[in-house]
Amino acid sequence: MTSTDAARAATAEPMLPVPYRVAGRAAETHDSVTLTLEPAATPLPPFQPGQFTMLAVPGIGEAAISVSGDPAARDGQLVQTIRAVGAVTQALCEAPPGRVIGVRGPFGTTWDLPSATGRDLVIVAGGVGLAPLRPVVLGALAARRSYRRVCLVAGARRPAEFLFRGELDAWSGRPDLEVELTIDQPAAGWDGQVGFVTEPLARLPIDPGRTIAFLCGPEPMIRFSAQVLLRRGVPAGDIRVSLERNMKCGVGLCGHCQLGPILVCRDGPVVAYPLAAPLLTIREL
Amino acid sequence: MAAPEIAQPVVLTRPGLDRLVDVLIADGYLVVGPTVRDNAIVLAELDSADALPAGWGVDTGPGYYRLRERPDAAVFAHSAGAGSWKQFLHPPRRQLWSADAGGGFQPAEPASPRYAFLGVRGCDLASIGILGRVLGEGAHPDGAFARTRQALFVVAVNCTEPGGVCFCASMGTGPAAGPGYDLALTERLDDSGHWFLAEAGTTEGTRILAEVPHRSASVAEKEGARAEVSAAAQRMGREMPAVDLPALIRESVASAHWEDVASRCLTCANCTMVCPTCFCTTTEDVSDLTGDHTERWQRWASCFELDFSYVHGGSVRQSGASRYRQWFSHKLGTWHEQFGSSGCVGCGRCIAWCPVGIDITAEAARLADLAGLANPAAGAGTGDQDE
Amino acid sequence: MSNPDAGLAGLGVLAGLSAAHRDLVTRAAVAVRLGAGERLFREGTPAEGCWLIHGGCVALDLTVPGRGQVVIQTLGPGDVLGWSWLIPPYEWHFGAITTRETTAAKLDTGQLRRLASEDPQFGYALALTMFQACAQRLQATRARLLDLYRSPHDQY
Repeated sequence: MTSTDAARAATAEPMLPVPYRVAGRAAETHDSVTLTLEPAATPLPPFQPGQFTMLAVPGIGEAAISVSGDPAARDGQLVQTIRAVGAVTQALCEAPPGRVIGVRGPFGTTWDLPSATGRDLVIVAGGVGLAPLRPVVLGALAARRSYRRVCLVAGARRPAEFLFRGELDAWSGRPDLEVELTIDQPAAGWDGQVGFVTEPLARLPIDPGRTIAFLCGPEPMIRFSAQVLLRRGVPAGDIRVSLERNMKCGVGLCGHCQLGPILVCRDGPVVAYPLAAPLLTIREL
Repeated sequence: MAAPEIAQPVVLTRPGLDRLVDVLIADGYLVVGPTVRDNAIVLAELDSADALPAGWGVDTGPGYYRLRERPDAAVFAHSAGAGSWKQFLHPPRRQLWSADAGGGFQPAEPASPRYAFLGVRGCDLASIGILGRVLGEGAHPDGAFARTRQALFVVAVNCTEPGGVCFCASMGTGPAAGPGYDLALTERLDDSGHWFLAEAGTTEGTRILAEVPHRSASVAEKEGARAEVSAAAQRMGREMPAVDLPALIRESVASAHWEDVASRCLTCANCTMVCPTCFCTTTEDVSDLTGDHTERWQRWASCFELDFSYVHGGSVRQSGASRYRQWFSHKLGTWHEQFGSSGCVGCGRCIAWCPVGIDITAEAARLADLAGLANPAAGAGTGDQDE
Repeated sequence: MSNPDAGLAGLGVLAGLSAAHRDLVTRAAVAVRLGAGERLFREGTPAEGCWLIHGGCVALDLTVPGRGQVVIQTLGPGDVLGWSWLIPPYEWHFGAITTRETTAAKLDTGQLRRLASEDPQFGYALALTMFQACAQRLQATRARLLDLYRSPHDQY
């Protein structure tokens, strides 16, 4: 699709989904699934790491889901990781291969990985917050020489609740990627780290002037992690966070995703920490 | 769009107004304007100017709206009712698409009527502009809205009869109707009878006006009409405090006053439904019994609804105080950051249709007081001015 | 006792100490290298020693009947292991065992306690250092207590 076509599609009818067919379905955890979707008609424009789509199950509804696939893939497929937390996400998780899903997007801001060229990348993910950060890791590995150190700190409740577990294990074995996995709850058979993500993060050697940090997870986890980085001297402007709010449209029309002055779908989901920080501590904003 | 030819103001007689409606209908426009229904002035499709609320005025106040018989036959001498033009440009409920088993997603039949809005006041004209920036001018415009607005013909009315809840003068949207109209009328009832000063704002307005009998207006007629509109600015029932509202709201985020409002607010969402700029929507899917045919519909939503801010696990804004703060802060504050203007046009609908009479201007003034800001509105009612 | 190879200067946990106080700590330190699976102490035993971890990983554990040895927390480079020596009843609350080869500076806590009681200024600075480490550990533990990655469907 040319950029002209993309522009035309964007102005045509932003609420009209494009049909995609479930080509693959991989269970990640007891409640999370990664779907590989292939276009059943004209494909949508390629996505950038950090962006999301609106996935629709006709008759049930629509939900904002982060793209978790490889940003370099040009096969037209969309890879998205979904956690079953409501009716729509449950239906998406249960969608068998062949099922048609409606897709709109990709929407929102990106992690803007190229702007971190020449820097150390510190990627901090909590729970399913790893999904939108997977494209960052894949993007960094694909252009590994463009970056200095690449560190991934990922936290989960229990060992069985890590997304992309096989891939995480493979990444852990790479010499060019530092991977720190930690679990919140003590678990038998786990010989890795036990502690909140802030703990391995605080232990990482960090060169504050050369670091760009990417944080995604529950808001308190984002705040606590950012505080550790700030304490380590990383400038707030070099910390990027991904936010979440209720979304019905994804394109700035429905008003649901307001967070004070920003529309998370339009001005986010990825925002610089100085913008997010004052908003995240206001109760019921 | 070609540069509009701004014709000199002309005089239309009362039968001339009838003719204007007929000309618009003959031209294929669906004319929507005020008419009396169910003891209120509502906006509805008009067959002719006979349906206009001739001789009706309204009395409004916090939580109060009553029709009042006027001693004259004025047709536009009434302030805003519960309905607004939003219901035509951004309908309360509309189908987005349908899907059949195995098939793709079919867009809903594009219903883009060619509306002519008759009797749009300055406040409401401003609200159409604001809706346009939100729904029609972003990176992903709402196609149905954009098409309807593109085809829209606006007959504005300069307001000479502000109501008890009106404060457009302090929001900079009236009483004179700002840019964006095709035709603007000023209704006059004087010794020479019932007539309208008419001005065209676009070539389409000039074209339509040319088909209606008119004569040029004298200097006295033009000046008299303008003076009456200017005088209306002094008769506003209310005034928004002249403070930096976005800054006041940022400073007031933790104010105890939100609890005070919440102790009165029923979170009924009336204010958001009657507001001519509140644009929020939600979607719902419907399906037939087999589940093979499904449709997605969009309908108005309100930030006062508990599930409006639902994220998995619970709603972000659970308290009434946080929901009122959201509405108020968005309308007067963060709208600037999001869409480049205030979201309030000063029409006063939210005050009149609040079942407990919560007054957005009074709450803003109270917040300004609490923040220790000078509040020029406080003494406005008495006419006392400190020199 | 003095061990210039303990390399304490690089440890962030002591960054708040003055040079003189840091020197006192350094003189109470000895560099240790521990193999994987080496137990440092057991729950309920007298608390002696404090380890400033350079490299490796140490697990804090306790015995839970039916669950065996449960690891409640792991510590790594830059972390302080052991503060029960500072407060009565001077007994370890949890056990500690290395999970892989670990290097650390082990502090002679008897000596530190004695220095602290003789020089209250040093004692205060040392207590603050320990408290800072303790506060950060507590904050992280509280964050875990929130169970942030829980699903709304999780009943447990």
